[in-house]
This record gives sequence, structure tokens and C-alpha cells, in this order.
Amino acid sequence: MMPPLLALQGVSKSFGGLEVITDVAFNVEAGGRTALIGPNGAGKTTLFNLISGVYRQDKGSIALSGEDISDIASRRRIGLGMARSFQNIRLMPHLSVTENIMLGQQARAGSLADMLTPLSLFGRTKWRREAEELLGRMGLDTYPGEVVATLPYGIRKKIEVVRALAASPKLLLLDEPAAGLNPTETAALSDFLAEIAETGVTLLVVEHDMGFVRSLCDHAVVLNFGRKIYDGPTGSVQEDPDVLEAYLGRRNRNEDAAASAREGIHAA
Amino acid sequence: MGGYWSGILAILAINVIFAYGIFLPVATGQLNLGGAGFQAVGAYAAAYMSYTYDWPVALTLILAMVVTGGIGFAVAFPILRLRGVYLVLGTFAFAEVVAGLILNSETLGGAIGLPVPAFVDYEVPVVLAALVTLFVFYLMATRFGLVMRAVHDDEVVSDLMGVSLRGVKVAAFAVGAGLCGLAGGLYAHTFTYVEIQAFNALVSINVLLFVLLGGTQTAFGPLIGAAFFTLLPEALRVLLPQLQASVASLFGAAGDMRAPDDSWRFVILGCVTVLMMVFRPEGLVTRTLVERFKPRRRSGLAAAEASA
Ligand SMILES: Nc1ncnc2c1ncn2[C@@H]1O[C@H](COP(=O)(O)OP(=O)(O)OP(=O)(O)O)[C@@H](O)[C@H]1O
Ligand SMILES: [Mg+2]
Repeated sequence: MMPPLLALQGVSKSFGGLEVITDVAFNVEAGGRTALIGPNGAGKTTLFNLISGVYRQDKGSIALSGEDISDIASRRRIGLGMARSFQNIRLMPHLSVTENIMLGQQARAGSLADMLTPLSLFGRTKWRREAEELLGRMGLDTYPGEVVATLPYGIRKKIEVVRALAASPKLLLLDEPAAGLNPTETAALSDFLAEIAETGVTLLVVEHDMGFVRSLCDHAVVLNFGRKIYDGPTGSVQEDPDVLEAYLGRRNRNEDAAASAREGIHAA
Repeated sequence: MGGYWSGILAILAINVIFAYGIFLPVATGQLNLGGAGFQAVGAYAAAYMSYTYDWPVALTLILAMVVTGGIGFAVAFPILRLRGVYLVLGTFAFAEVVAGLILNSETLGGAIGLPVPAFVDYEVPVVLAALVTLFVFYLMATRFGLVMRAVHDDEVVSDLMGVSLRGVKVAAFAVGAGLCGLAGGLYAHTFTYVEIQAFNALVSINVLLFVLLGGTQTAFGPLIGAAFFTLLPEALRVLLPQLQASVASLFGAAGDMRAPDDSWRFVILGCVTVLMMVFRPEGLVTRTLVERFKPRRRSGLAAAEASA
């Protein structure tokens, strides 16, 4: 049997004595579209940081296509076929849009010859053409030469996704790609990602927007306080008692907020 | 061309090369305050071979560049482990060590210095400065240049994109050191004398200022910075006495006939520096500024939108 594309086993991580990921295990099957959801502070971003190697887990193992990558340096992981985006936009502010995308290609273009060939001096190289083509597919070809720092939030959010795609990954990790986008943009992003998934790219998406999750993902993993509380089809996630408790339970522990929320409903 | 102007042109050319030598590490986010040390290595390497073995200038310059680049490469590994202000202090300390070693070396003339028999006129530094400028523009247009700027902006993300942080930083630092060495070799042959006092801390500070104030995002920065800060003091040398005279006459006094006081030039230079840091903290030439002067390349979609 084929090993799952991504497999986490018993993964734990503490920061200064506080355990924020506890014994998390789940698989992401190749070709799937998995959502990673959970309340704020549940540990979703931390899990992405462990998978991409920004941090190393204290316990457990992370395997890609059956191979343990725990000891593989963060910079080599993108070359193994996983790329990620960031919740807080982490584009290079002084680079142009196209340059940011070309940076995303780095894992495929690290040879000395590639490094020392000009990207634009004598006409456009294949790297630049490829980057512009990718931007075009996302409807972003209005801005190729623009310096990223000057662009609006929604655009930069999309460029983050395209930059991760530029690595031609097998596994694409997206941390809240739809946050801050309006409903039209969110729907377009969902369609775009579904199209990407059609080409064989496996998705693991952190997202709060349940509409987005339901339209895009077939599978969901739910975290709460660093523990996995649900691992199953997206369709039944909102009926799961543990998940309901995680979201409602938070509100119960915060009686005042719940009370004022109810008052708000009555007043409206 | 008069001796005065050819002298300034030679200094300007040397400063441009020197500034590019500091620019390369700074463009990756590594402040190098050891410029004078690297320049001294190059200057003494060229001076020694010219004085002792009568090597031709072409060879002494190549040697200056290679030796300094090699030392930069070797030093880069320990020194680039330092970050922020510690890196600044580390590079500064490197320059002090170089100065101390040269000062105590009989072979290199100690405190007295070395004469350099071979003189080069301003054409040589000017041509080499042009070549170095082209080289750096080329480098910044490659993927290596892209990656340098990426490392400057965000090391964590660059690493996750597959960039070798160590490789990029060490390469930029070592190639930069080589350019500082070339600037040093040219200094030796232009002034035909090297003494270690000429490679002091102020030199390191000034060249880093050229680079930071010129702008570190594009290869235009050091060119503009070096030009501005080489020519401004010269302009002040001419203008300051006139300024003093007019201020004096304003108060009814007869024009001041004293030789212009050199310290006033530093006051003005210092004020200009502070003003630029306040009003253009990213340097005179920024990426956005360069983009503004580029002709807009309209893509199909943009054109369609415009016509719609
Ligand atoms: N580098 C760190 N040092 C200390 N604590 C951290 C660090 N990174 C994350 N944490 C803590 O880990 C917990 C989980 O944070 P994380 O960002 O992973 O949550 P999240 O599920 O992504 O939340 P959100 O939906 O708000 O993005 C939080 O309590 C956070 O404060
Ligand atoms: Mg998060």
C-alpha cells in the first residue's frame, strides 16, 4: 500500500514549558483536500511550522511519502515537494510581485548556472515567463513589476498562495488563504485551488471560513488546545459532539461574552 | 584635465568600488563596519608586491583582490554567526586587528608605511570602477541578486523557499571583501604610499554611510552614495569660504580671510547625514524610486482593463 503523502505520529511541541501541540497524529492522503481547523490558538499555525521545519517537534515523527523528515533541514523540505504560505503575509516587501514568485521557484533553480543567469537583463528567461504565467492564471498579471509593499492586502494574500505554488509542490500547506478576502474573492480562490487540486496537488488548508472549507475540502482535522478532536469527512464535522463542544465550550467558559452575545441578538 | 579634478575622479572611482564592496554584504542584511580593514589588506598586498618584487600593477591589483577576497571568505564563517550590532562590532574588530598586525609588522613598514613605486593615473581606477559597477548590476539582475535581496527582507522565509542563507551571506561577504581589496590596491597605486593611519575607523564608518545613505535595495545606491559623499566635501571646500564671507558681511564685518576651517565641513556633512536618515531612511535610491522611472510594461490584461 502507498504510504500517505504526509503522516504525523505522536507529535508534541512545547514553548517554555507550555505544551501547545499534544500527541497529534493524522494522515494526509495524496490527492486529498484536507482542512485543518480549530479555534484561535488551537495550534494550527504551530503545526504548519513543525511540518515545514521552522520548529522541530519535541516528540513524535513527521513523514513525507513514508520518509521521516524530522531531521531534514527546513530549507531542504521544499525540495521534497512541500510548500507553504503564511498566515501573516510574509512576502518580501522590497521585491516585485514577479520576483517574489521567482523566489518561490528557488528550490528548483538552485544550481550555480541558474543562480548566475540574469533573470531579465537579456529578455525574459524561462523562470520569469513561468512566474508571469502562474500570476496570469490567478488573474494577477496586472502587477508584475509592482513592489509588493505598495499593494493592497487582498492582492498580497493571493500572491502568497502563488509563491508557494511556484515551487511545484506535491503538498501545498495554506495558512488561512481566504482571511481578509471578500466573498467574491474567496469563491474565486476556492475555484482556483480546486483547479490546482485537479492537477494532482494535495492540499492541507487552515481556514476559519466554514463555507470555504466545505466547498473546497473533503476531509477535516480539528484541533483544540493542541489536541486532535476530529478526523473525518468535512460533511459531518459540524455535527460532531466534540467539535461542537470545542467551539461552544469556549463560549461557555466565557459566560459574560456569551451573555452579551445573546443580548446582542435580542437587541437586533 | 587638471591635477585637482583627476585626483578627485580617482578618489571617486576608488570610493565607488569600495562602496560596492560594502554594499554586497549589506544588501543581504549584513552590516560590514570593517571596510578599512579589507581595504588595508588590499592596499598592503599591492604595495608590498610592487615595492619588494616590482610586480606590474595588473598583477598587484589581482593579488589584492584575491587575497582580500580569500581573507573575507575565511573570516565570513565565524563572523557571520554574529547578528545585528554584534556583527557590526565583529567586523569593526576585524579592521582593528588588521591595523594592529600591520602596525607591528616590520615587513610592511610598521607605523612608517610603504612607498609604492608604480603610480597609476585616474584612468585605471575610473575604468575599473565602471567594470565593477557593471558587474554588480549584472549580479543584482541574476537569481543570486534576487536571493540576496530576499535574505535581506526575511531570512526565515528565504530559508523555507530553499535558499542557503549561509551560502548567500558568505558569498556576498567574500566577493564584497575582494572589491574592498581592489579599492585598496588602487588606493596604493594612486597615492603611491600606504600607511596604516589612512585605513582608520572613520574610513569604515564613511563607506558604510555611503552605502546606507545611497540605498541598499538597488545597485544604484552605492554609486549615488559614493558620488554624493565624495563630491559634497569638495563642493563644501569651495563653497564654505564664500558662505563664511557672506555671513560675515551680513554682520557688517569684513570678509573672513582665514583659511576655511575643516571642522565645519564635518558639521555640515553630519547634518546632511542626519537629515537623510530622517527623511529617507531606506536611502536616497529605493526600489520604488527606480520602478517609477522605468517605462511601464503593460500586460495584456492591464491593457484590456484600460480599454474597457
Ligand atoms: N514561538 C512561540 N513561542 C511561544 N508560544 C507560541 C509560539 N508560537 C505559538 N505559540 C503559542 O502556541 C499556541 C498556538 O498558536 P498557533 O499560532 O499555532 O494557533 P492557531 O491555531 O494558528 O491560531 P489562529 O487561528 O489564531 O491563527 C498559542 O497559545 C500561541 O501563543
Ligand atoms: Mg494560525
